[in-house]
Amino acid sequence: MIEIENLTVRYGGVTSLDGMSLVFEQGTCGLIGPNGAGKTTFFNVLSGFVRPAAGTVKAFGTDLLALAHYRRARWGVRRTFQTEQAIEDLSVYDNVAMVASPLRGAARRADVLAAIEYVGINVPPLAKVGTLGVGKRRLVEVARAVAGKPRLVLLDEPAAGLPEEETTHLAAVIRGIPEYTGALTILVDHDMSLVSAVCSTTAVLDFGKLIASGPTAAVLRDEHVMRAYLGTAEV
Amino acid sequence: MAGTDTKSSAAATVAGQRLALLRRPERPVHLSVTVALVLFALFALPELMSAYYTGYMTLVAIYSIVTLGLGLLVGRVGLYSLGQGAVLQIGAWTAARLLFATGQPFPIVIIEAGLVTMLIGTVIGLPAIRLRGLYLALITLMMAGAITVILATVNFPNGGGGFTGYDGQQSHIPPIRRPSIAGTDSAYYRYAVVVAILMFILVYAHLRTRPGRAWAAIRQSEPAALAAGINTTYYKLWAWALASFITGIAGGILAGDAHYLYSINFSTQDSIILLAVALMGGVYNLWGAVIAALLMQLLPAVLQNLGVNYAWLTILFGIGVLQVLTTAPTGLADQFPKDMKKLGGLIWRLVRRPQPGASASASASGGAGGGST
Repeated sequence: MIEIENLTVRYGGVTSLDGMSLVFEQGTCGLIGPNGAGKTTFFNVLSGFVRPAAGTVKAFGTDLLALAHYRRARWGVRRTFQTEQAIEDLSVYDNVAMVASPLRGAARRADVLAAIEYVGINVPPLAKVGTLGVGKRRLVEVARAVAGKPRLVLLDEPAAGLPEEETTHLAAVIRGIPEYTGALTILVDHDMSLVSAVCSTTAVLDFGKLIASGPTAAVLRDEHVMRAYLGTAEV
Repeated sequence: MAGTDTKSSAAATVAGQRLALLRRPERPVHLSVTVALVLFALFALPELMSAYYTGYMTLVAIYSIVTLGLGLLVGRVGLYSLGQGAVLQIGAWTAARLLFATGQPFPIVIIEAGLVTMLIGTVIGLPAIRLRGLYLALITLMMAGAITVILATVNFPNGGGGFTGYDGQQSHIPPIRRPSIAGTDSAYYRYAVVVAILMFILVYAHLRTRPGRAWAAIRQSEPAALAAGINTTYYKLWAWALASFITGIAGGILAGDAHYLYSINFSTQDSIILLAVALMGGVYNLWGAVIAALLMQLLPAVLQNLGVNYAWLTILFGIGVLQVLTTAPTGLADQFPKDMKKLGGLIWRLVRRPQPGASASASASGGAGGGST
């Protein structure tokens, strides 16, 4: 469980997150919103790239904001990026093994190989990532996110730019993450079909403010959400 | 051969993959060529070379360590340093001072010189925590200039007293000593090659394990490295410390090689030439460091022997860097085997066309193709 209270982020005069308060319980949760709504900023706060102006983040009883960014990965925060960040010079195995892990030695190697197998990437672990296509690279990133006993997995538009069949495969992988790792998974994506296929609950951000949250089907029918996405005039 | 390797592990079970990972049966041809070249350099070369070339090949061994450190910084971590010449000077100065002042065995002294250089070199690398690219190169160049000026003022030790160990009045200057097992030039050449091999193994071990992964991640994407829990500051400084350590050791070997050190022999320009030859040799491949050292030390010697003014080299290096950066950004070490493979393939196709009587030349071209891998 992760409790966010009154989270505010400002870049100069721009308020990117405006007093966001939200609780993510468990399983896979969606976070959606139009461009510039503050979704990636929220992830950047959780992974430590951005220091919020105000607010607290409590994850499973730990004050996340008090940890240095590289320590958050050791604590169990994982994330993928909007633009895929698999390391080209390294093998699939090394790309996954670079993540912080409480495991050591043989247990760690087994955990890394299990993560590679879990995402179903279907290439030998020693293949160089530079030789892989974008879909496989996304899977390498997801494998990195599920290795090393994560507690909080943040996926930032993992399906961006993927063809349909690869998105379907990815959806199955993401849906299984809470069961595979026991981690709370938060998915940011524009693809509503992916979000409704994967997430039990969904929160909606617009201009840095939380405008709806709850069961995914109900949220997607919410009139505020329709207005934010379709731009209906306020009355 | 990498193809068959990957195919077999694709079919294997997890247990098989685990085994493959532990053993990593990597490129047997590559390994045997490496071993053959090392044996040749250690046992055959000293017998074949004249005293003139023995001296220069010792310098090649020494400078291959320096370009190895520079290649590590530039190629693996993405940190451009124009200060490695100065780092080498610090190692040479420290080793010379210790060799005059103490009776410690030579290997202990060069390790101490490496450690002192590591400390100072890491301080030079501190700006790298925040800076990259051109700005980092500029700052390290200025630091190199400052160190060169300082060492020109305090002078290199010549057996005098005090902290600097320099005595300008001294009429008889004792030579900097060498290890007892490597008194002669050809023995000292072997000694330098062995030290260089140890340094290459040290760096290779780093690249194949956690620091190597961390450096590759930092070079491509610092956010990804941070998100994976890599303390980027720590690993950048580690790279700087390792590069400085091995460069300091190279400085120690250089002190014993030269017997007499003078500040006039070191210039800030050396640091720039070092980066140029490192880029030409190839910073993404360990062999690149050897090629870079050959370019920097052996090529001038060969030209001098042929009666060509080696000032031409500066122009040649300029053209070389331009050529490498535009046509083969991974340097000669990566490009040369590819070209040889292409050439081998070309010859192979040429000799295969006339079917009869081609067996003799076909086997020759096969040999060329095999040697290039």
